[in-house]
Amino acid sequence: MSLDLALLPDGGVSWMDASGEHADIVLSTRIRLARNIEGYAFTGRARDGERLRVLTQVRDAAREVESLSHSVLLRVDELPPADRLLLHERHLVSKELAGLDAQHPVRSGAAVFLGADVGVMINEEDHLRLQSLRSGFGLPAAFAAVQQLDRELGSKVPYAFHDEFGYLTACPTNVGTGMRASVLIHLPGLVLTKEMSKVLASLQQMGLTYRGLYGEGSDVVGNFFQISNQTTLGKTEDELLDDLVRVVKTVIAREEDARRLLLRDAGYIIEDKVWRAYGTLRYARSLTFDEAMNYLSGVRLAVGLKLISGLSVYTLNKLLIFSQSAHLAHAEGRALTESESNLARARYVRQTLANEAATHD
Amino acid sequence: MQCDDCKERDSVVQLVQAVDGNLKELHLCEQCAAKRGVESTVAASPPMTDMLQKVQAQLVMGGGTSGANSRDAVRCTFCSATLADFRATGRLGCAHCYGAFESSLRELLRRVHGSARHTGRRYEPPQPDELQRAVTLGELRDRLRRAIEGEQFELAADIRDRIRVLE
Repeated sequence: MSLDLALLPDGGVSWMDASGEHADIVLSTRIRLARNIEGYAFTGRARDGERLRVLTQVRDAAREVESLSHSVLLRVDELPPADRLLLHERHLVSKELAGLDAQHPVRSGAAVFLGADVGVMINEEDHLRLQSLRSGFGLPAAFAAVQQLDRELGSKVPYAFHDEFGYLTACPTNVGTGMRASVLIHLPGLVLTKEMSKVLASLQQMGLTYRGLYGEGSDVVGNFFQISNQTTLGKTEDELLDDLVRVVKTVIAREEDARRLLLRDAGYIIEDKVWRAYGTLRYARSLTFDEAMNYLSGVRLAVGLKLISGLSVYTLNKLLIFSQSAHLAHAEGRALTESESNLARARYVRQTLANEAATHD
Repeated sequence: MQCDDCKERDSVVQLVQAVDGNLKELHLCEQCAAKRGVESTVAASPPMTDMLQKVQAQLVMGGGTSGANSRDAVRCTFCSATLADFRATGRLGCAHCYGAFESSLRELLRRVHGSARHTGRRYEPPQPDELQRAVTLGELRDRLRRAIEGEQFELAADIRDRIRVLE
């Protein structure tokens, strides 16, 4: 059975509609809360039967949870690998839940509730990973949504909570609030002006950390960084969020400064770079994923600097998601070899940019 | 192209500087670029500070003392995990492990988070009757599904009435 993405609320891509604040720099905001249910071993140590009971208990409780009333429950453990990868590429499930790592195959009972702007991963490293994902820089709204979901679900299933240590999690790095708040941010200006390493070092002093496009364990591609809180214990949720908001605002301001500086002092180099990137995307016949990401980063910068007009941030976000391997294979309706994938990617990017140009001509 | 500074090594970095309103291009090798405070690459892979590594390193360090070794044998009564299991995987077995390994964990949490005390939102567990109701409702719904699948419609109607009362 192949996954019908049309069944997902908004196709599961409302987070990339570029409607949020600072959407040309901040792609998306995500907050997740790690929770475990009393009475079962944590997922990694639980037996198959226990994980299935966790799933049943959550599924039954979810019927009375208003925040999940329009959500869809997907049994990730019953999906073929290509569909699991598709969900991961859409940033809807983690790599661990999707079982994409050869060392960590998909677990029985792995499932996900997908709503319009909240979701719950079941039987990830923790029994529950409640999350809220939205477009642009929107931490307060994302937190309000996930907190509401947490209250509703927590009044139906008993969470593991310790008076001193807070919400208990499989990994001690998540214990306490269980909260990881992150923003996915595009920082080509800081990378090009070689300011990025300074920014990253100061993040760590502030108790924050960064990762690549796909979260934990992923590399930085296309100048996309995921900035998030590193500690989860000893500060309140509001304090952790305030720290992140403050730092991200500073990073956005420094990125904007770097862009202005580049344009003023190296305008012709930047213009040449971004138009070459656009030209390659518009006409290339074969593109690897990393190549596409890097050129898209250049074009995104050009749109932000208003060097290229008639191209929307939404289209750029769409290109980012739909030019990934599993999405290309899904669109073609069959598995693709790497070189077929590169051809399909170039074709998709070419057509999308040509359509966009035609609409604006 | 040769490095403009040392004139020895090949240049790998193109540095564009604005000096008195004029653009100046410099081609530098990695070492000379570093001297000018320019790093040629942004770390391609994040620090994975993922404190997990720190956690595990510290656990291994702790393992060197005899006190830690005797603690190793402590077993969680709920999931049977030991501190040695935690050291190997970096993951605790269940919520009760936090009680079983409390003193070792308190030390670790203080080092990792800078604090071992939760100050965030407190949790209000569900009322026991609410929980019972949820379990019963869940069971009744399962029975209702089975009754419908087995085409036992009279029974199904009966169960549906009981669900309505509970809801």
